[in-house]
Formats: sequence, structure tokens, C-alpha cells
Amino acid sequence: MKIKFPKWFYQLASPRWFYDITSKLLPWFAIAALLLMVIGSVWGLAFAPADYQQGNSFRIIYIHVPTAILAQSCYMLMAIAGGIGLIWKIKVAHVIAKSCAPIGASMAVLALVTGAIWGKPTWGAWWVWDARLTSMLVLFFLYIGVIALTSAFEHIASGDKAAAVLALVGIVNIPIIKYSVEWWNTLHQGATFKVTEKPAMPSEMWIPLLIMIIGFYCFFAVLLMSRARTEVLRRESKTDWVKLLVERY
Amino acid sequence: MTPKRKKRLYIILALVFGTGIAVGLTMYALNQNINLFYSTSQVADGEAPVGTRIRVGGMVVKNSIKRSKDSLQVSFGITDYGKPITVSFTGILPDLFREEQGIIAQGKMDNQGIFQADEVLAKHDENYMPPEIAESMKKKAGTE
Repeated sequence: MKIKFPKWFYQLASPRWFYDITSKLLPWFAIAALLLMVIGSVWGLAFAPADYQQGNSFRIIYIHVPTAILAQSCYMLMAIAGGIGLIWKIKVAHVIAKSCAPIGASMAVLALVTGAIWGKPTWGAWWVWDARLTSMLVLFFLYIGVIALTSAFEHIASGDKAAAVLALVGIVNIPIIKYSVEWWNTLHQGATFKVTEKPAMPSEMWIPLLIMIIGFYCFFAVLLMSRARTEVLRRESKTDWVKLLVERY
Repeated sequence: MTPKRKKRLYIILALVFGTGIAVGLTMYALNQNINLFYSTSQVADGEAPVGTRIRVGGMVVKNSIKRSKDSLQVSFGITDYGKPITVSFTGILPDLFREEQGIIAQGKMDNQGIFQADEVLAKHDENYMPPEIAESMKKKAGTE
């Protein structure tokens, strides 16, 4: 078996190249994130119609769904980056995995908190130990575990390896979160967006939601690149190119 | 890929699939415990444990809500469109509680076959709509 990867894949392995390319990409993602999130939140919070049963409390969906989706996507990225780092010994992959963890943990907290705030008036309870809510809480604990493991070792490489293994093991939780509402009886409702079907809400409700989701992805890219760039500089601080960079400022 | 990398790839794949299978089997074994609630048919058929606290989920049966005049006691039927059961509850119901709304009640079955609930939660589905559309759908259903 011989796998040939495109050139950019190998270039990604170079911390310096990563630093250069992200400095070009970062402003574009920042602009996109700002625009989409402003449009999405104003549209969703002020102009989208209220729900016939829940009234205005349904509007928390415009924060809850994007953060919940992102918490899971971020975990996938973290685990895959960790795996690439383990197999190919690519430094940048470990930097990305490390930078993902705190962002994903914050997204998971946001999803859990907004869900609880919505759950109280709608369900009548802040928290219920159903499969969806519990697996989401497990996701948050996995993030905390990855963060703790990364910094638990004296050698950066050991911490990276341990965290990557935990992230890879924890990836089984992702399909559990996704399908928990279908496999078991849960209080949490089914997915709002499905790949195969039209969303079960009118377009004036789901278009702002879609804008918010894309906006959150751009925002995530901005956060991830900023964190990863700082981490690259920190880890490469003894190399000539970083010294040169520091001298210039 | 060099043999060394290939080996690491296989180890990682084995790790992920191994944990996947282990967790999958565990959850398959615990299947009934992970379910948040029993359906009303399961309770009526005696599949749910008697005398312990359980949760039952179903739709509130139309015209079945009876409120007590001098207390917060309320009784109503819930059904999964199979076998219905009667639920008795004393307390404040959630905002979304209404006829034909999905709810989950926590409590015990008593000797008369009435489910004595101490907590009632409303279950929301993934369908959202603006009030005008809900109104027009109701009208349509009424004329047909």
C-alpha cells in the first residue's frame, strides 16, 4: 500500500509554513465570522418568527445548535489531528490538537448551559440524565481530560502523545451523541438539521440558523489559528526564523 | 508510508475500533437502562418494574385532563397510540403541557393501576413553526 499525499499536506508539517499561511488566512476568516454572526444573530433574535408553542424562548436555538455542532466537530478535528501527529510525527498536528481542546471545551459548556436555560421553561427541568445530555457531558469531560493530559508531562512530546491517545479513544462518544436521540428514548428532541431531509421548520427560521452555524465555524477557525500560531511560536522559540521574527518587532 | 508509520496506523485503528466495540457492547447490554422512559404499552403489559420509581412517556390523550377544584391535583391519560394509562399528579405542570403534547412523568404505579407522578416534564419535538402557520394548519384540519 502506497499512499501519496498532495504537496500541501507535507508543507503543513512545517511550522514556519503553517505560521505564514495562517497569517494570510486569519483576517478573511475574522471578517467572515464577524459578518455572518452579526447577520445571523440579528436575524435570528429580532426578525425570525417566534415558535407557536415555545414563543421567544426557542430563539436560544441560534446559539445552542451552533455551539453543540461545533463542540463535536472540534472533537473530531482534535482526534484526527492527534492521530496524524502520532502516525507521521508531525509537530503542527499536535499543536492543532492542543489548540482545539480549550475551544471545544468552551463550546461544550455553552451548549450545555444554553440547553439547561432552554430546558427549564420548555421541559420543566434544568437537567435530565437522558442519553443526549449525558453523552454531551461526557464530551466536556473528555476535553478536560485532554487538556489535563497535554500539560501533565514534563516533555511536550509525551503530553502530546498521551492526549492524542485519549482523544482517539474518546471519539466513540461522537456517534453516541449524534444517534442518542434515535437509539434510545430521550427527552431531547431529534436533530434540527438532517442531511437527507428538509429541516422541520420554515425557511425564515432555519436560514438564520444556518448562517449562525457557518459563522460559528469561521469564528472557530479564527480562534484555532490564533491559538495554534501562539503555540507554534512558543514551541519553536529556539529556531532561527522565530528569533528573526521577534527581532523584527 | 514507511513500515513504522503503517504499524502505528494499524495500532491506532485497532485502538479506536476496539474501544468502539467494547463501548458498543456495553451499551447494547445496558440498552433498557439508557432509555429515559418506558412507553405506556410497556407499562400496561407489565414490562416495566412495579413498585419502583420509573418514568413513563406518551402523548396526553385529548379531553382526558381532569383538574381538582380545590387543589393542584390533576389527572390525565397518556398514550403511545397503543395502550393508554392514567397519570395522577399534584403540582405545577410545565408551560408546554397540553392535550396531544408529548410528556414524561416520573413516579410509581399504585394498586389501582394509576400512575402516581411526582414530576411531569414536557417533551418537545424538532418541529418548530411560527404561530400563523400553526393557526392555518389547525384551520385546515378543521375544514377537512
